[in-house]
Amino acid sequence: MTDRLPGFSTLAVHAGAQPDPTTGARATPIYQTTSFVFNDADHAASLFGLQAFGNIYTRIGNPTNAVLEERVAALEGGTAALAVASGHAAQLVVLQQLLKPGDEIIAARKLYGGSINQFTHAFKAFGWNVAWADPDEIESFERAVTPHTKAIFIESIANPAGSITDIEAIAAVARKAGVPLIVDNTLASPYLIKPIDHGADIVVHSLTKFLGGHGNSLGGIIVDAGTFDWSKDNKYPMLSEPRPEYHGIRIQETFGNFAFAIACRVLGLRDLGPALSPFNAFMILTGIETLPLRMQKHCDNAKAVAEFLSTHPAVSAVNYAGLPGDRYNALQRKYAPKGAGAVFTFSLKGGYDAGVNLVSNLKLFSHLANVGDTRSLVIHPASTTHSQLDDAAKVKSGAAPEVVRLSIGIEDKEDLIADLDQALRA
Amino acid sequence: MNHDAYDDNYIRSILNNVKSIAMVGASPVNVRPSYFAFKYLAQRGYDMIPVNPGHVGKELMGKPFVASLADIGRPIDMIDIFRNSSHIMPVVEEALKLSPPPKVIWMQLGARDDAAAEKAEAAGLKVVMNRCPKIEYGRLSSEISWMGVNSRTLSSKRAPIPTQGMRLSLNRTSFGGGQTAASDRAAKNKTETT
Repeated sequence: MTDRLPGFSTLAVHAGAQPDPTTGARATPIYQTTSFVFNDADHAASLFGLQAFGNIYTRIGNPTNAVLEERVAALEGGTAALAVASGHAAQLVVLQQLLKPGDEIIAARKLYGGSINQFTHAFKAFGWNVAWADPDEIESFERAVTPHTKAIFIESIANPAGSITDIEAIAAVARKAGVPLIVDNTLASPYLIKPIDHGADIVVHSLTKFLGGHGNSLGGIIVDAGTFDWSKDNKYPMLSEPRPEYHGIRIQETFGNFAFAIACRVLGLRDLGPALSPFNAFMILTGIETLPLRMQKHCDNAKAVAEFLSTHPAVSAVNYAGLPGDRYNALQRKYAPKGAGAVFTFSLKGGYDAGVNLVSNLKLFSHLANVGDTRSLVIHPASTTHSQLDDAAKVKSGAAPEVVRLSIGIEDKEDLIADLDQALRA
Repeated sequence: MNHDAYDDNYIRSILNNVKSIAMVGASPVNVRPSYFAFKYLAQRGYDMIPVNPGHVGKELMGKPFVASLADIGRPIDMIDIFRNSSHIMPVVEEALKLSPPPKVIWMQLGARDDAAAEKAEAAGLKVVMNRCPKIEYGRLSSEISWMGVNSRTLSSKRAPIPTQGMRLSLNRTSFGGGQTAASDRAAKNKTETT
């Protein structure tokens, strides 16, 4: 009998979850506990020495979080995953395994603004440098490779304009450079794009967005593709060299193709501490069960709204990869044929003032700094998140004065269109 | 047998059916992977025999080291080889001289010798290469899921509570089986380029 491969929706409901061994509870219980008793001194020593599978302390692992980890690993097609407190925490933990002071990552210029800040300021203080490259010009990644390069970082669908990245082309650059490709898959979710199938070695998410999906719980996750050989040279000593924290264990030698996820857990999360609350893990798991249904609705609504805006007299331009004329439409049809996601930008003929007016006149869209909620969201970057930048810098970062960003929810599309129409006319 | 991607049912039938395992290259040093695997398999109820000529006179979890497979002196179901790929063939040749021969040759994570595998299979033995029996047991029983590992299995039945010395159910519904996993493709590419 050959093993049968279940579909995405089956995995979204079942992967990682099994009726509780003690109570038979069918929903995943919230193991709201800091710590777990040991069977005896030998069991404790085995767990601390990484010789046995089991739970010690919720900063290192928790049974509710473990269900979430296995589920996202299964949906992404990875070998293992590690859930952490936020998407930012995921990026911190990943890069801590890869970089020493003086090392570099190459990052796509088109990223979530929070990631640009984290890389530019916080990581610089650790001595981790970032070289920016343009995802619309693959050669710019090749040119940025130096002997200090340790990883390449991109978003599958990039903030803020929902542009689609040519993952396979950048994966080829990473392979040639001998470094892992890290893909932030937050805006696509594995329902739309599975970066590992296109050559990603590590996938990270802000679970806060479409995976959790309801705007109620922060979370982040790291997925190990199991594809990168960390020991082929001495570039990644956290994985290839004996670890003094664990009496000389070599992580890759011991854990094989899920070594990176283990390193993130036992060297990163254990020592840096950004653990995910089991309650948040439960909320996010519940969200993931409906991911395929929600994501399709998000995409279908977004396409309808983008089509409406593209013909509206007050609108000068719409950036949505799902529109036939869009510059990313070919990449969207290759990488995300089910839909182009639900986050995109458009420009108003009336400039800055029109942007401010639109946001204040909307009645259904919520004005806030998040994406990937059941509710439709709007933000005018020039007057909010990017207000500290001068006009030239605003334009360069995709937050020109006339630009408005939407995150389309799962309401009825007719109501969303009516709300935008009345606000644009007001 | 496709040694690039094993069907879960193949691994499952081996781990469900073997009772005694001789571990060649077992180490008494408690940070070595062979020590972890030996201890885990012993705690899951397998009859483990440590084989390492450098440690004769010592014990591993109460089991005395023997110098060679021939010194075991009783039938063994499986030989788990914790040696580099270049040291596999002599062990397989020695195993094939045993009477009765073992049923399974298992080469540890990172170890692969296709010629040795072919020889063992020609003699009717089952062969697994570049896998760890501890990881596979943990994966198929889902015990390894505590570490966030994708077990590539599903079950709607209540899980047994894992305790030391207890055989766990490996008979969950598998998906993937290895053939679609990016990690296995990467391992195959690595083999082809080296």
